[in-house]
Amino acid sequence: MLQLEARPEASKLWVFASPVLALALTVLLGVAIFMALGKDPVRGLQMFFWEPIKSAYALGELMVKATPLLLIALGLGICYRSNVWNIGAEGQFVMGAVAAGGVALLADKETGRWIVLAIVLAGILGGMLWAGGVALLRDRFNANEILVSLMLVYVADMVLSYLVYGPWKDPAGYNFPQSKTFESVTQIPRLMSGSRLSVGLLIALAGVGLMWVFLFRTRAGFAQQVGGLAPAAARYAGFSSRKALWVALMVSGGAAGLAGALEVAGPIGQLTPYVPAGYGFAAIIVAYVGRLHPVGMVFSAVLMSMFYIGGELAQSRLGLPKSITGVFQGLLLFSLLACDTLVAYRLRWLRGRA
Amino acid sequence: MTDLTKRSIFKTVALSAVAAAAALTLFGCGKKEEAPKAEAPAAKVEPLKVAFAYVGPVGDGGWTFAHDNARKAVEKEFGDKIVTSYVENVKENADAERVFRDMAGQGNKLIFGTTFGYMEPMLKAAADLKDVKLEHATGYKTADNMRTYDSRTYEGAYMAGVIAGKMTKSNTLGVVASVPIPEVVRNINSFTLGAQSVNPKVKTKVVWVNEWFNPPKETEAATALINGGADVLMQNTDSPAVLQTAEKMGKRAFGWDSDMTAYGPKAHLGSAVINWAPYYIKAVGEALEGKWATSQSWWGVKEGAIDMVSVAADVPEDAKKKMEEVKAGLKDGSFSIWKGPILGQDGKEVLAKDAVADDKFLGGIMFYVKGVEGKIPGGK
Amino acid sequence: MVARESMMETYALLIAATLNAGTVLALAALGLLINEKAGIVNLGAEGLMLCAAIAGFAAVVHTGNDLLGFAAGMGAGAVLAAVFGLLVIWLGTNQYATGLALSLFGAGFSAFVGIGYVQEKLPPRVPFEVPFLADIPWIGPALFRQHPLVYGAVALAMGLIWFLYRTRTGLVLRSVGESPESAHALGYNVRRIRFAAVVAGGALCGLAGAYVSVIYTPLWVEGMVAGKGWIALALTTFATWRPARVLLGAYLFGGVTMLQFHLQGTGVDVPSQLLTALPYMATIVVLALISRNPAWIRVNMPASLGKPFQPGS
Repeated sequence: MLQLEARPEASKLWVFASPVLALALTVLLGVAIFMALGKDPVRGLQMFFWEPIKSAYALGELMVKATPLLLIALGLGICYRSNVWNIGAEGQFVMGAVAAGGVALLADKETGRWIVLAIVLAGILGGMLWAGGVALLRDRFNANEILVSLMLVYVADMVLSYLVYGPWKDPAGYNFPQSKTFESVTQIPRLMSGSRLSVGLLIALAGVGLMWVFLFRTRAGFAQQVGGLAPAAARYAGFSSRKALWVALMVSGGAAGLAGALEVAGPIGQLTPYVPAGYGFAAIIVAYVGRLHPVGMVFSAVLMSMFYIGGELAQSRLGLPKSITGVFQGLLLFSLLACDTLVAYRLRWLRGRA
Repeated sequence: MTDLTKRSIFKTVALSAVAAAAALTLFGCGKKEEAPKAEAPAAKVEPLKVAFAYVGPVGDGGWTFAHDNARKAVEKEFGDKIVTSYVENVKENADAERVFRDMAGQGNKLIFGTTFGYMEPMLKAAADLKDVKLEHATGYKTADNMRTYDSRTYEGAYMAGVIAGKMTKSNTLGVVASVPIPEVVRNINSFTLGAQSVNPKVKTKVVWVNEWFNPPKETEAATALINGGADVLMQNTDSPAVLQTAEKMGKRAFGWDSDMTAYGPKAHLGSAVINWAPYYIKAVGEALEGKWATSQSWWGVKEGAIDMVSVAADVPEDAKKKMEEVKAGLKDGSFSIWKGPILGQDGKEVLAKDAVADDKFLGGIMFYVKGVEGKIPGGK
Repeated sequence: MVARESMMETYALLIAATLNAGTVLALAALGLLINEKAGIVNLGAEGLMLCAAIAGFAAVVHTGNDLLGFAAGMGAGAVLAAVFGLLVIWLGTNQYATGLALSLFGAGFSAFVGIGYVQEKLPPRVPFEVPFLADIPWIGPALFRQHPLVYGAVALAMGLIWFLYRTRTGLVLRSVGESPESAHALGYNVRRIRFAAVVAGGALCGLAGAYVSVIYTPLWVEGMVAGKGWIALALTTFATWRPARVLLGAYLFGGVTMLQFHLQGTGVDVPSQLLTALPYMATIVVLALISRNPAWIRVNMPASLGKPFQPGS
């Protein structure tokens, strides 16, 4: 029977073959699903892998979707590398959006362009505040950050709901639950006309560079990871695991809040109950599929966005149900997790008894 | 987590990129053209492409179901002069704008957005898609190439009230309400006014679920209303859960948006349905003939957009007769639901004797009439 | 003008509605408790419940038999949990990431499979009553007019207390959760025991999911479990991993929703968002309180929760 045998050292081959295999498995299963539904599998794959990148406009839309995913994933990458399991990025995203929206609502026709900076900063602070709650509870009370951050997601949703149904509701909006649309001066600057792509993308790419330098080139980054992964060793070396906790949560909260600000002062342009779009959860997959490495996460963010947009297109062009996106995303992560085993273990046939 | 050296990660990433690029080239070199849709037989004129964006699933049995039925009626009416398509479950956020642009990119020249939350995305898209005509349901912002349409659901609510007033034994009615906007408050009021016209003693209780479509929550809300004494329910939400709950607990209820008889045969008293077909046929016809112009339409029983159907057999004759009278009066314009004297919750007159409310008044209703209990969330 | 009797009656009905609402949470949370006592956290509960909900609904649509619906739900839950268990226990994948993947996949897959069932209706639900007891004034309508599974949940909780704390197998399960290394040293097959716990827990989550779509709201709509899987996860921690507390907590959480609607009906003006957020905030408070004392944590939380185990490592 098949047996897993630990390798003496991590297999270099499988480190780069595993994600490829996982993607191939997902594509294979995808083809099977398309065929089972009676749709042309090549056209189906086209929807997911070709259509989202075939024109400048399509690429722009792809990056509009990928930017928040990448930003949040970068923050989560630092978190997970520090063994801090922040599952509540969605809540931090929402609170960033709320804070940013609050500042944006202060603008009127006379306000200057500086408000954009204020909005972005507010978003970062909002996300940090929310993640700070998680950090505090783990630091002072030793409360499990997974559950606390998750619970705070729901609380954040309720805060947003309360504000748009109540104090921040647009008085001229026929009592619909939404805020005023933000003045045009608050809009995050676009990169080019004809596309919704904003400078958020540049910020995200800068974030990639910063994260790479921090994690792999600075002593602080090294201390951060050790502090999280091996607290005893960290203490011996003089690294603070407490500091690692706070840094991890502040950074990921700030990143998620920034993403929230960019979304709400960008494509959405107002606060509505539909601001929470699940990016906080999808970003967890992005971080993982990207191997928690900043450059890897760029690719996985683009891949996940292709799944999102492809799913939309498959619906309108091929009549495939929208839920297929979730199926693919889940399958990709499952496959990756399974294939990753091959990095540390080898499959062997053993004859005789188990 | 396994140990990964920096170089290995780089190699991972590089190889993935190569693999992805290879895959892309493979598929990109494949068929690039779009699969042809239902081909129109060799016609000299290109069929008009019409697209519909739905907020919920086509099978919701309520709001979206009604829209899709109308879409099918339009297909039947115009045959091969048009080609229709739809996208369901389009969320009311930034994604919607992308969907509208994609529809336009696919050659659709007439696009219907069937929920309030599409207003801003449609408006943004309208600015760039000058040769596309956009129709927005239940909204209030228009543009040269975007107009709004709505249905007088309050007429259906009033007719339901007439029946409810006669059928209630506890003199307490219940409404499972969605989002506290004028449309819904107006429906609650009209339901109450209709009931009071045949039974002045009725009171109406309201529970707000703050969503349009959430069957478990709607079930809980309906349960709470029934537990609070209501024995006839109405809803302004989009699923049959309220009717099902009434069936389970032995009370009566009305269907909403579509005929919901099948979901609660014993409980069902009638369904206040919206028929979007007459408006959709008019809109498509205008687009085909080049007569489309921006406007704000609000259609009711008169234009065939609202009706009360499948009235239960055990409703007493006098109630049925009264309901039919109201329907006929609405059809020929001789009857006005919102005609004074109408009192607010505090007993003060909101509409003087014989005064008839105009559309502006109706559009801004954010108060309860006398007989409705409770406060409007976020209202006065 | 509200007579005292009808006030009492209203409260009786409110209690009845709370029991119903809490049962879903109780069943799922008890299943998760079994997982967590063995040291495994399954974040995929929501996806599991959704797949079980459509499986159960479809089964009843095709056969008209509720019991088959429950069986289908339990089966779906067990199968998905088994996949999760294989990945996490034998391939050693990260529990949290795998659970999340399951959640995402389950949500999409159930919506996908359920498309054909959206307009289906089930045969009329038969109202259940406990004979004799249901006729006791006030207490009858409050407690004894529920679906058998409601009482099943109570029996399950009691059964779990007995199993975990009075039987040898329960002791072994708990020791696997506390210290897999010691259990392994004593000769127990830790991985098989954990796997069994995961599958059993998954089956119970599946039962909860089927209850939602077959009894609670007999409709199919994508996403209809609406976060109850996540609440069940919180509930297990909130109840410090004790079955009786899980049951009470489930009724508490379930009751808050019903209370919110009830209060609206009586005209009390509390923002609905506050009431909806209450269970989550309460969980955070409890988490903070019970985690503060490391000794107390040691006593309550299975020590190996979330940590992988490989024999020979």
